[in-house]
Amino acid sequence: MLQKVYDWVDERLDITPLWRDIADHEVPEHVNPAHHFSAFVYCFGGLTFFVVVIQILSGMFLTMYYVPDIIHAYESVYYLQNEVTHGMIVRGMHHWGASLVIVMMFLHTLRVFFTGSYKKPRELNWVVGVLLFFVILGLGFTGYLLPWDMKAYFATVVGLEIAEAAPFVGEFARVLLAGGDIIGAQTLARFFAIHVFFLPGALLGLLGAHFFMIRKQGISGPL
Amino acid sequence: MSEKNHRVSRRQFLTYTLTGVGGFMAAGMLAPMVRMALDPALEAAGDSEFVSVGLSEDEVTEEPQRVDFNVELDDGWYTSEQSRSAWVLRYDDEILALSPICTHLGCTVNWGTNEDNPEEFFCPCHFGRFERDGTNVAGTPPTRPLDVYDVEVRDGMIYLGQINQRG
Repeated sequence: MLQKVYDWVDERLDITPLWRDIADHEVPEHVNPAHHFSAFVYCFGGLTFFVVVIQILSGMFLTMYYVPDIIHAYESVYYLQNEVTHGMIVRGMHHWGASLVIVMMFLHTLRVFFTGSYKKPRELNWVVGVLLFFVILGLGFTGYLLPWDMKAYFATVVGLEIAEAAPFVGEFARVLLAGGDIIGAQTLARFFAIHVFFLPGALLGLLGAHFFMIRKQGISGPL
Repeated sequence: MSEKNHRVSRRQFLTYTLTGVGGFMAAGMLAPMVRMALDPALEAAGDSEFVSVGLSEDEVTEEPQRVDFNVELDDGWYTSEQSRSAWVLRYDDEILALSPICTHLGCTVNWGTNEDNPEEFFCPCHFGRFERDGTNVAGTPPTRPLDVYDVEVRDGMIYLGQINQRG
């Protein structure tokens, strides 16, 4: 049945080369854990992406219940966590996944560093990776404010003071991020927009570039 | 089907097992999310509480009286007061509390406002009419009787619950 549907579409649109091109690629022996178990370190990039996918999916579902408003944000989080069936699990996935992305990304960075995979001709991919690192940190920082509890509020107070400490542009950066002089309604709305639209957009774009380059250049050689 | 003409190739075996394991992982991830999204549709509707309308049993007559009262409305993380109205009357020795929402298109009906039919509920929007017990008058737009509130008498006072459809 499924095969017939596939054949019907393939006959008209010739989709086989499209996914073949993505799916069929050489996995060298030195990165295959089946050959050398220590090669599992090469999995961290893929695991980072896997957790990112979980973050995107769980985040999409969380926005069904969350409202970015200082009066109701905490109540809506409380509601989805305690009243909605499996809300605790989905928020838990997003909460713990957020830390896991950082851990996986850090391990991936270590692997790339210690295998020297950032060297020519892959310098650009390292640069994109560092940008991805900042985007992920930004997602963590903006997402932390959204539950609008004490921890969220004061973490953002500290975060914005760090931004303010930057020379010359500090004051400007703080007001821009907070959307005003105080951390309040405008900050929450702004952080929400950054967290669910701007940074994920940047993240997907950079990930596309990251993956395009690894496919174009192939996996770096053995040590 | 014998073993012979149904050999599973190494490639097929890997396809099946990897698809299976991948499917389980995807399902494990998606199941809580989907259940969470479906929650409003799957949650059993809670019975609403009975609310006093400030009218004692003795005050209820055969003449419909309009009562206005507030019910607490739970809407996710909001709770708000919603004002409701009812026409309360005694009919066949039973207390009826009729919803004033016209069963045609939802306008509000009034008692005895139509000069030609003073003993009826009347809807000004499309001239829908209802008998004293809420039965719709044939030939007018409404197709079913006015809805009724659940009625309870506690310590001689009238309490109204949720609204039910009739007929």
